[in-house]
Amino acid sequence: MSTVIEEAAPIVPAAKPGKDAYKFKVHPDWCPGCGDFSVLNALQTALFELGLAPHQVVVISGIGCSSNLPGFINTYGMHTLHGRSLAVATGVKLANHDLTVICTGGDGDGFGIGGNHFVHTMRRNVDLTYIVMDNQIYGLTTGQTSPTSVKGMKTKSTPFGNVENPINPIPMAIVGGATYVARGFSGKQKHLVELLKGAISHRGFALVDVFSPCVTYNKDNTYQFFNQRVEILEDQGHDPADFHAAVDKGFKWGEKIPIGLFWKRTDLPALDELEPVLADGGPLAFRPLGVSDEQARAVVQELL
Amino acid sequence: MAKVDFAVGIGGEAGQGIATPGNILARIFARRGLNLNAYNAYQSIIRGGHTFLTIRASDGPVRSMGDRLDVLIPLNQDTVNRHLGLMTAGSCVIYDAEKIKPGDTAPGVQLCPMPMKQLSGGDKLAGNTVAVAATLQMLGIEFEPLESSLQKQFQKKGEAVIAQNVGYARAGYDYAAQHFTAFPFKAPKLDRALGIVTGNEAAAMGGAAAGVKFYAAYPMSPSTGVLMWMARHARQLGMMVRQVEDEIGVMNMVIGAAHAGCRAMCATSGGGFALMSEAVGMAGMIEVPLVCIDVQRAGPATGVPTKTEQGDLWQLLGAGQGDFQRFIVAPSTQLDLFRAIPELFNLCDRYQCPGLVLSDLLISEGTASVDPADLDFHPPIDRGEIIFPNGNGSANPLGGANDSSYLRYKITESGISPRAVPGVPGHIHVVATDEHDEDGTLISDEFTNPHKRRIMVEKRARKFQDALARIPAPQLVGPANAQVTLAGWGSTEGVIREAVEKLASDEGIVANQLAIKWIVPFHAEEVARVLNASKHVIIVENNHSGQFARYLRSETGFAAHGHIRKYDGEPFMPHHIVNAVKDQLAGKTRLSVPVHEILV
Repeated sequence: MSTVIEEAAPIVPAAKPGKDAYKFKVHPDWCPGCGDFSVLNALQTALFELGLAPHQVVVISGIGCSSNLPGFINTYGMHTLHGRSLAVATGVKLANHDLTVICTGGDGDGFGIGGNHFVHTMRRNVDLTYIVMDNQIYGLTTGQTSPTSVKGMKTKSTPFGNVENPINPIPMAIVGGATYVARGFSGKQKHLVELLKGAISHRGFALVDVFSPCVTYNKDNTYQFFNQRVEILEDQGHDPADFHAAVDKGFKWGEKIPIGLFWKRTDLPALDELEPVLADGGPLAFRPLGVSDEQARAVVQELL
Repeated sequence: MAKVDFAVGIGGEAGQGIATPGNILARIFARRGLNLNAYNAYQSIIRGGHTFLTIRASDGPVRSMGDRLDVLIPLNQDTVNRHLGLMTAGSCVIYDAEKIKPGDTAPGVQLCPMPMKQLSGGDKLAGNTVAVAATLQMLGIEFEPLESSLQKQFQKKGEAVIAQNVGYARAGYDYAAQHFTAFPFKAPKLDRALGIVTGNEAAAMGGAAAGVKFYAAYPMSPSTGVLMWMARHARQLGMMVRQVEDEIGVMNMVIGAAHAGCRAMCATSGGGFALMSEAVGMAGMIEVPLVCIDVQRAGPATGVPTKTEQGDLWQLLGAGQGDFQRFIVAPSTQLDLFRAIPELFNLCDRYQCPGLVLSDLLISEGTASVDPADLDFHPPIDRGEIIFPNGNGSANPLGGANDSSYLRYKITESGISPRAVPGVPGHIHVVATDEHDEDGTLISDEFTNPHKRRIMVEKRARKFQDALARIPAPQLVGPANAQVTLAGWGSTEGVIREAVEKLASDEGIVANQLAIKWIVPFHAEEVARVLNASKHVIIVENNHSGQFARYLRSETGFAAHGHIRKYDGEPFMPHHIVNAVKDQLAGKTRLSVPVHEILV
């Protein structure tokens, strides 16, 4: 049989999608009360309010409770390997830079096993939004310590209390080259929607770390814990263009924990803007294959 | 008419400038239309140590580095100490009379001391040019090709530098004519011009011809040549080339680009491939086509990074947990690599699975002559059942409106399900590394169902039901009724062929050869039929444990009569195989491990 390259049947354009357009047939199977429901809802609202067509969006995750999210939202989705969402997403974005690429996952997925990709995807300023549902615990493996578990925390793998220091993703991202760095809280959904809209609209690497409590395995960092502590940066006149203030706020952890947009810069081009290969001709994925006779001749000439 | 066949060896420290004279000689031989094979034995060191380049050329086929040297150009004393004892009657040694003391030689070896300082004005690198000029003179090659090579090499440095270097070369050429005895043969000149290509360049060009738009890699010897070629030509050929933080990232990025619709490729060596393994399984599970080249080097672990081996067969066979479909091909030459890549992409696209190439240092870093006419940059392209956007701008803002009719993993008779890429309206779906249903829904948690799991495993497996028919079965080369059959895989094809010829011409032993290229899927029936009909089967491979012998046994039940294995990091030379076959046919042993006489 010869090559079969099908083309999708034309579909009559409709008006702006309704919010239901992002609802998917599969209902989330997270534990009742899980913070991730709020993140999913906030993401669907943000996509709706931004008017993005579901087929132009790809949501890519790793492995973990929160990484099940692509299965619950009506966009293109990839549920990849533990820790690898950012690497896969970079490939997707460069192959088709017309797509809106969103990565979702947890703190273990992103800052533990995926830590290397996290660092390098930020420095490359890949144009994508990275939503980390940070519950400071390994949930799907039933409650072990995570890279963001605080010192002293008792978990199933640290029964005598965690002796290690946690990662603080906010200053790490600011210093690491992310160009939009924010923190949200599942308990403040409206605020989270705004952070996500800003992140998705941002041209470059956007991190939105979300306190998303694990109601089953983390009895320390609960809704109540965060409700008592979070303070919204937008209410405090924080200037997200102020690098040092952003880092200082990022380190703040204790009686008060800031959430909101810490850091944003728009003067750095995203990776796809830096590659001349993408300048003309549309997405690489849809360009004709092969080389021209002239290109082939030039390449062969080098061998002679 | 007897063919002229000669070899030149150049040795010295890394950083002493062996590559340039080697390249000049190789290009001059190839431009005369001679077939050529160049193998550089080197070490994991940037300056110092010992590097030894062997260039063999002939108007007949050249399939290996051969067994002997006609010219030795030692650039330091160490090289003489290592190689002089292996020079045989009729050969010559060209060296700096002041710097090098040759010592004892076999009868009939011509020593050619040259006053390098005087001839090259004290310029160290020009001394190499002087030696090259002398070599060409003794091989009966006229001066002009060297002159034009030097013009090209020093083009950017201006006329004065060109004139100076051409002058040194002329002096060396004339000195050789006056003081040394030229070879009794002349290097032939054929009515054609060939080019030279390394296997890494050939693989990269094969990728470009196949339509690769995305290439990612982490530098790792001996595969880095592919990355460098791709990076150099990325803008010229419209390819995205990325150097990634590690090989895990490489394979995952390649999968992302491939899923989005690009033809995507990567190359690495065994250690890097080990890091990629989990993601290779992802490509199998989410059914994404891609091509990955493993340029094998001596392992395990860091092993000997600059030495060759065929030690990754089982790593590729077993890469990734669980059962999934993959192609594995082991090309035998640089040209074979070039052709295998587009062929493999077509299979991977059709069957929506990863394709793995087993190359090795010998062919990927080795250089061969190539006839430009053999490089077809417009191979057939088959992308299989893939759904792209219609491109008429009729984006569907409602997206999922008609999605329920599209099933990414639709159960079909062929097992192949039409693959929509992200961005196509009306085809929204999720691909998942968890087991999934026809529509992509996970069947690993709430919807876990053993019956569905079985159906999906069988759907994927069914894809390969006709794959074997799409690849050629290996052919027995040589007389059907031979005394002995030599079987091998990948890069050993050439040296085994030469050994078969030598066995016939020098030893009166009738041998034939079965070279295996396609490892998965494997033509088990055909291979078993051929080998069961053979009188005595010896498997030749470049590893310690007989990886292919075990694979052959697992697929066919056939156990070979004997084995020739080499795992010292250096490739086989024809006489290694010839001597081992003689020993085995005489009943001396069933396992031969040839000694590599050259200390490199």
